[in-house]
Amino acid sequence: MDNFLFQAFIYLVAAVISVPIAKRLGLGSVLGYLFAGIIIGPFVFRFVGMESESVLHFAEFGVVMMLFLIGLELRPELLWRLRGPILGLGGLQVTVTTAVIFLIGYLLGFSWKISLAIGLILALSSTAIVLQILNEKSLIKTEGGQSSFSVLLFQDIAMIPILAVLPLLATRMPAAGVFKQTEAIHIGFTIEALPGWQQAIIVVLVIAAIIVAGRFLVRYVFRFIAETRIKEIFTAFALLLVIGIALAMQIVGLSAALGTFIAGVVLADNEYRHELETDIEPFKGLLLGLFFISIGASIDFSLFLKNLYIIVALVLGLIAVKMVILFVLGYGFRMRRSQNYLFTFALAQGGEFAFVLFSFATQYSVIPSPIADTLILVVVLSMALTPILMIFNEKLLQPRFSSLDQRPESDTIDEHNPVIIAGFGRFGQIVGRLLHANNIGTTILDSKPSQIDMVRRFGYKVFYGDASRLDLLYSAGAGEAKLFILAIDDKEKSIEIAQTVQKHFPNLEIIARSFDRRHSYELMNVGVKVIQRETFNSALELGVSALKILGFHAYQAHRAGLTFKHHDEKTLVDLRELWGDDEAFLTQTRLRNQDLLELLKGDEVDREENTDHSWERPDTS
Amino acid sequence: MPDKIKNKILVIFAHPALHKSRINIKLRRAIADLNGITFRDMYEIYPDFLINVEEEQRLLLEHDIIVLQHPFYWYSSPAIIKEWIDLVLEYGFAYGNEGTALKGKSMMTAITAGGSEDSYKPDGVHYYNVRDFLRTFERTAALCNMTYLPPFVVHPTSELESAEDISVYGDLYKKVMTMLRDTEIDFDAMNKFKYINDYILDQYKSWSV
Repeated sequence: MDNFLFQAFIYLVAAVISVPIAKRLGLGSVLGYLFAGIIIGPFVFRFVGMESESVLHFAEFGVVMMLFLIGLELRPELLWRLRGPILGLGGLQVTVTTAVIFLIGYLLGFSWKISLAIGLILALSSTAIVLQILNEKSLIKTEGGQSSFSVLLFQDIAMIPILAVLPLLATRMPAAGVFKQTEAIHIGFTIEALPGWQQAIIVVLVIAAIIVAGRFLVRYVFRFIAETRIKEIFTAFALLLVIGIALAMQIVGLSAALGTFIAGVVLADNEYRHELETDIEPFKGLLLGLFFISIGASIDFSLFLKNLYIIVALVLGLIAVKMVILFVLGYGFRMRRSQNYLFTFALAQGGEFAFVLFSFATQYSVIPSPIADTLILVVVLSMALTPILMIFNEKLLQPRFSSLDQRPESDTIDEHNPVIIAGFGRFGQIVGRLLHANNIGTTILDSKPSQIDMVRRFGYKVFYGDASRLDLLYSAGAGEAKLFILAIDDKEKSIEIAQTVQKHFPNLEIIARSFDRRHSYELMNVGVKVIQRETFNSALELGVSALKILGFHAYQAHRAGLTFKHHDEKTLVDLRELWGDDEAFLTQTRLRNQDLLELLKGDEVDREENTDHSWERPDTS
Repeated sequence: MPDKIKNKILVIFAHPALHKSRINIKLRRAIADLNGITFRDMYEIYPDFLINVEEEQRLLLEHDIIVLQHPFYWYSSPAIIKEWIDLVLEYGFAYGNEGTALKGKSMMTAITAGGSEDSYKPDGVHYYNVRDFLRTFERTAALCNMTYLPPFVVHPTSELESAEDISVYGDLYKKVMTMLRDTEIDFDAMNKFKYINDYILDQYKSWSV
């Protein structure tokens, strides 16, 4: 236990110190984590030793979560639109890179089996590093970012046949049961014992089950859990969902990342999506951080120094080969030049799959152990160089292109609406319907599951969540929205949300529903400028109807209502200073009522007291 | 600069569907931010038509020239201009024995018409000319002891296709407004012209549309 706490302490200290510094220096968080790993690793301070490898396997789960979150952002239609880049660009990248590395290996005198295995393994890039950097720099939605993503997705799928092919290249079979699993987490059973056609059926069934359950079933489970209003259980369920899918994928022998990605896409339409995102996000962030630290700590500097020239040459060679192939492919797929550079520089490294695959390949004696160790080091170094290459691209190459060329494609993941409505009950719905009728996009948040369910039937997209949570506001797009409509029916919460929004999104204008005078003043005090008392206008309308029934001409009653409304709204603002001083407030209110009486008299017919000469000369008619 | 301003101008602007306007919006842009001009978008200020009479009268007293700017709907103005006239030009304020508050001020109409100048002739579809239709405004000014200046008229709007054509009118309108603001009103000289457009073109002969 002590040891665990100490380990956690070391990792956290390293991250907390190095990441902000790296970020401040404009290097991005990935470099910061990697550097933290090197510092605490066996070759500098030796705080963490070789066990960092098992930490690495554990931390790989961060990649799984990241793919889940990316899936959540990607609607099925969008994924379908990407099928061309995924199969075409991704397929060509993997096959061409494999072929070229195979050829180089073969020419260097390795057997064709070794060359092919190395080619297959090195063709893959690092999903974790690339996507983290693209996300951090907000480049994921650009053409180059989407292309990079497509290729990474294909590589994830390609893992499966590669795993199948490697044993065929084996020179001798491994001891039984040495390496059944590709992932670190061992589970009790697999379907490997079954014949191939049965395996295939099970794989298809599992994926179908994920899609069907995600589409039709999960919504009710979410609702059931959300109704308990115990937050951590919702978080627990979110984690359970991701881990469960990862496990199912392992049992059928697919990549866990791929499985959770599919689950994410299926849930992209779900109204609990924002809440899921905000719940998983911190876990993903920390695990990925841990993953990068472990990579840094696993750099074998003694091996590096021993074979300095060879390794430097191999790293540079790998990057150069990958870059040339990527650039040619990007050119062939007619990417704009600036986007092609982004694509080329992003994917020019080996990936974390290589760690697993190399040890898999040594187990099957496809690749001799010394070669595998050297190549793992090469992959790690190429990953560590990626953030630097990306900075080089960003700072030196991209400025040469006009801003027009760098503009993101319009067809990208972008569904952040200009308006956020918090609270979609009897009040918020009317606001929402009016905006909807005028083609204004709204993102709706509500924290009552039953409410969400009801409103969904009318075709509105409502997200579950507590709008006072900052992370939820971020994922609802408060950073980009123009207007925040505060329509919830909880006074204290309303003030709290207004304060949070004011503080963190000072440019986001708030308009609010208030309950009464007191609540209006409280909202004014936190800086809300447009406030509507929830019962004011409807009560006024009813008053106007009363006047009409009592014999007022409709237009006279209408004007009396309007006059009252303007007067009362002005009084509300004018008397704000006096709120709290009961005596003065009452006196002023009485005086104001006197004014109003005068004002309204104007529209009456009694000419003697007429103060309003609208339309009429007092001495005629 | 401020000592150059001879007349302060109040523009009472009305367009009920500004998002569909092409020309009025350009005219508005040309003059709204000029020094010495108070621009009031009536449909923006009073969407519920409940005009604040006190406030409007105070503004009238503060200015020397009142410009009613609007599209020429049904030979007249959009409804809110009529409402403004009905309520603000009150007995005892604007007219009547003691109603002399506006005495000595000037009023001008600035309109965008739908038909060509030729259509506003006895042999055209509208039969009467624009000045005939504006009689009510002319007499309203007279009843309030104001001089009524020749109107600023843009027509025909449907044939003004390109943005350049429209901006020419924006420039012209701006010239009119700065002239009214910065020079003593020569009422007799202006009144020789049907439209103030022609007067200003006459003044700036070198400047052409």
